[in-house]
Amino acid sequence: MLSLTAAIAANRFGLGARPQDGAAIGNDARGWLDAQLTAAAKAVVTPKTEQPASASVLMKFRDLRVARQAAAQFRASFAPEQRTPPPANTQDSGETPPKSPGIDEQAIKEFREFVRENYVGQVNERHRRAIESDTPFVERLVHFWSNHFAISADKQLVGPICGLYEQEAIRPHVLGNFHTLLLAAEHHPGMNLYLDNTTSMGARSGAAELAHRRGRTLGLNENLAREILELHTLGVDGGYTQHDVTEFAKVLTGWSIGGQIGERGLPGGQRAKALLGDPGKPGEFFFRPIMHEPGDKTVLGQKYKERGVSEGEQVLAHLAVHPATAHHLATKLAQQFVADEPPAALVDRLAAVYLKNNGELLPVYRALIAASESWQEPLAKYKTPHDFVISTYRAMNVMPERPETLIAFLSEMGQRPYTPGSPAGWPDTAAAWDGGDALLKRIEWAGAVGRRVGDRRNALDLASAVLPESADERTMGSIRNAESGAQAFALLLAAPEFQRR
Amino acid sequence: MVDRRTLLKTSLQLTLLAPFARLTNAAADKNSRFVLVILRGALDGLAACAPYADSQYHALRGPLALGAPGTEGGVLKLDGTFGLHPALTNLHALYQARELTVLHAVATPYRERSHFDAQKVLEAGKLTPAATDGGWLNRALAAMHGAGDTHGAVALNDTVPLVLRGDVAVNTWAPSRLKNADEDLLARVRRLYEAVDPPLASKLNEALDARSIAGDAANGAMGGSQQQVTPLVNAAARFLRSPDGPRIAVIDVGGWDTHANQGGAQGNLATRLKGLDAGIQTLKTELGPVWADTTVLVVTEFGRTVAVNGTRGTDHGTGGVAFLAGGAVKGGRIVSDWPGLASRELYENRDLMPTTDLRRVFKSVLAERFGMAESALEHAVFPDSANAKPLEHLTA
Repeated sequence: MLSLTAAIAANRFGLGARPQDGAAIGNDARGWLDAQLTAAAKAVVTPKTEQPASASVLMKFRDLRVARQAAAQFRASFAPEQRTPPPANTQDSGETPPKSPGIDEQAIKEFREFVRENYVGQVNERHRRAIESDTPFVERLVHFWSNHFAISADKQLVGPICGLYEQEAIRPHVLGNFHTLLLAAEHHPGMNLYLDNTTSMGARSGAAELAHRRGRTLGLNENLAREILELHTLGVDGGYTQHDVTEFAKVLTGWSIGGQIGERGLPGGQRAKALLGDPGKPGEFFFRPIMHEPGDKTVLGQKYKERGVSEGEQVLAHLAVHPATAHHLATKLAQQFVADEPPAALVDRLAAVYLKNNGELLPVYRALIAASESWQEPLAKYKTPHDFVISTYRAMNVMPERPETLIAFLSEMGQRPYTPGSPAGWPDTAAAWDGGDALLKRIEWAGAVGRRVGDRRNALDLASAVLPESADERTMGSIRNAESGAQAFALLLAAPEFQRR
Repeated sequence: MVDRRTLLKTSLQLTLLAPFARLTNAAADKNSRFVLVILRGALDGLAACAPYADSQYHALRGPLALGAPGTEGGVLKLDGTFGLHPALTNLHALYQARELTVLHAVATPYRERSHFDAQKVLEAGKLTPAATDGGWLNRALAAMHGAGDTHGAVALNDTVPLVLRGDVAVNTWAPSRLKNADEDLLARVRRLYEAVDPPLASKLNEALDARSIAGDAANGAMGGSQQQVTPLVNAAARFLRSPDGPRIAVIDVGGWDTHANQGGAQGNLATRLKGLDAGIQTLKTELGPVWADTTVLVVTEFGRTVAVNGTRGTDHGTGGVAFLAGGAVKGGRIVSDWPGLASRELYENRDLMPTTDLRRVFKSVLAERFGMAESALEHAVFPDSANAKPLEHLTA
């Protein structure tokens, strides 16, 4: 069975032990984790392509949306007739126009299929990397930061790019400096779309004035600015005010996407196009000076001169090394890797390391590995549904047969991939996940998995390979005494030592 | 011109100003049911119940403003000032049947604009978001249990929301598409948990109890999405109808954070409101005779900005709206110390000024419907709430 430290390394720092991991970890759990940070540093960074994949997906998405809208308008042109209550014997009336003309259905179907394909494909890619990873600590860090900078697929606009956002904005930077990670996340179209910044404009900007002359009032949307301060950097008690939020929102005006993707905020006529100038690279981050609030701004007492896009980058640079940010990030990391209520002394130490290294993340991770607090309490964390399914497949060393089925199960458990439903991301404490109904569903799923694979696998051997040596003898006994291979497998997955990490 | 000095609505003037009368257990109705609906993301109170006659309303709301009663897409008239969003047709009928009270310009004691902290204050029932060790409804249950009234509560969710977390065990239930585990496996897991991990054992036992009541309440109406109100409401009704079932249910529904393209009579928010409206109606239908003993309270963490923002939505605000519905409600009223929308009356020059503490509504339901004593409410359930006396006569 896994030694205590090996189990903590594999299950809490990593994503769950595979049968072969015990041998790889050996007697040096800390060394195993540390090696991932260096060896993986290159592998984890996806090579930067000329055009990010999310850009082409966004462009295709826009085209399909336009087609669908045109189709919807076409259908709406039949609406007056349809709205009048049909006579009771309407069934044999051949005169009513077809409910959904062919073009309509096709466009809508294509649109839905595109969204679904991209979503499922990207989720499956995420699961594949997690299940097959030899550097699961780094993989957990990717999931952690992706959740820290959460976007949610339940907003239709970002649904088809959530996984690409994680690949492009998060993954390449999780071993670097937080400032770089922060810039990448806030620049990404996924974030700008999710938090409504693409249509936010200064009240005194050229675009707002243009719109005003056309009788429309357009202006600020403070969503992105607020969540950067509250969730991504300082934390809710980080000492900012409503005034800071509003000013920061002005700073961020103009942070948008090239190619005018599906936005209704911008004027669209030929003349407007001439005025707006360069539309930027379609589907990629693009700063639109015409939407930017002119003039100096003051955020957290610091004055920022009018400098277009670099204003926002300067504010982010300051936020990245702010002591409140250090404390906020240290708290979240310690909560993810140590305990729901992390020891205050550990949080303080991590925050100090962060500040001393100007936001470099590797020293912080190394401090986590070195911390005695990380190795004291076995099974300190209750697995999220995501942790539970990923660790199940890692234990089995296989990929899920049907990605859709796994997504459906995670939805049942309240954790449909990439849909935290709020910019705060998924919660990271047991209280958010340990409801009885959710537990019952885990057992039901364990039963289903057991029925599928139990006759081909020795659950007792597997338990010895993936559970900590501290596992209760009665847990092992229940697996040993199960009435069938299927039941033994289900009991392994349902075991308290497998439900916690 | 409407402002808070000239417009103290209906009988509320009396309830707000009357000295607090001691509530005793005698007021308790053993059959009382309570459903708390939490709308996460901050419902725009000025869209759900619009002060259509306020002189500032149309100017501030611009493209989001709803028309006068009787116009196309106009509000559903409640009185000379207020009207419900046109999607809320069932709620309007309840209002006319005196089974709905609208509480306006309400807020928790929280005055910042973070969703997450605001929800913590709303649910924990304490003054600051730092205190999250348990929820006010669980503390109320504990007090009721202490007084010998031992009915339970259920969260229509996979897990227990903060408002129901605490010492008293609470059931959870959410729709499931999974095949039931076989009895023998469940029994073995149960024995294992009881031996090795008692906290997991008690969670599992609660869930098994809950499922035996809910049965197949949501079969065929699945989705598992928290955006879908009706399946959850169906299950809630099943629990509350059951003679030995819980008397308190909590439903949470997300998707109210309308920063952009909120829509007016139709659009994003209208679609959400329609779902909520249908859900309440379903609850009434499904509860049957039990509806007469039922109080449904719909709340959200805060309101939204009075003015439309630059992207035809609204940003995080302060004062908002709450709905109290049910056969036990003394309805057909708007309970509000309405501050008006004039800029000098706005909170921080942007939000609806909150004039009624939501804890007063919570306390009222607990006192009037569950006979909870003032002392318990003030000390055990809502610490530091001496200034927030229960509103009186909200329910029968």
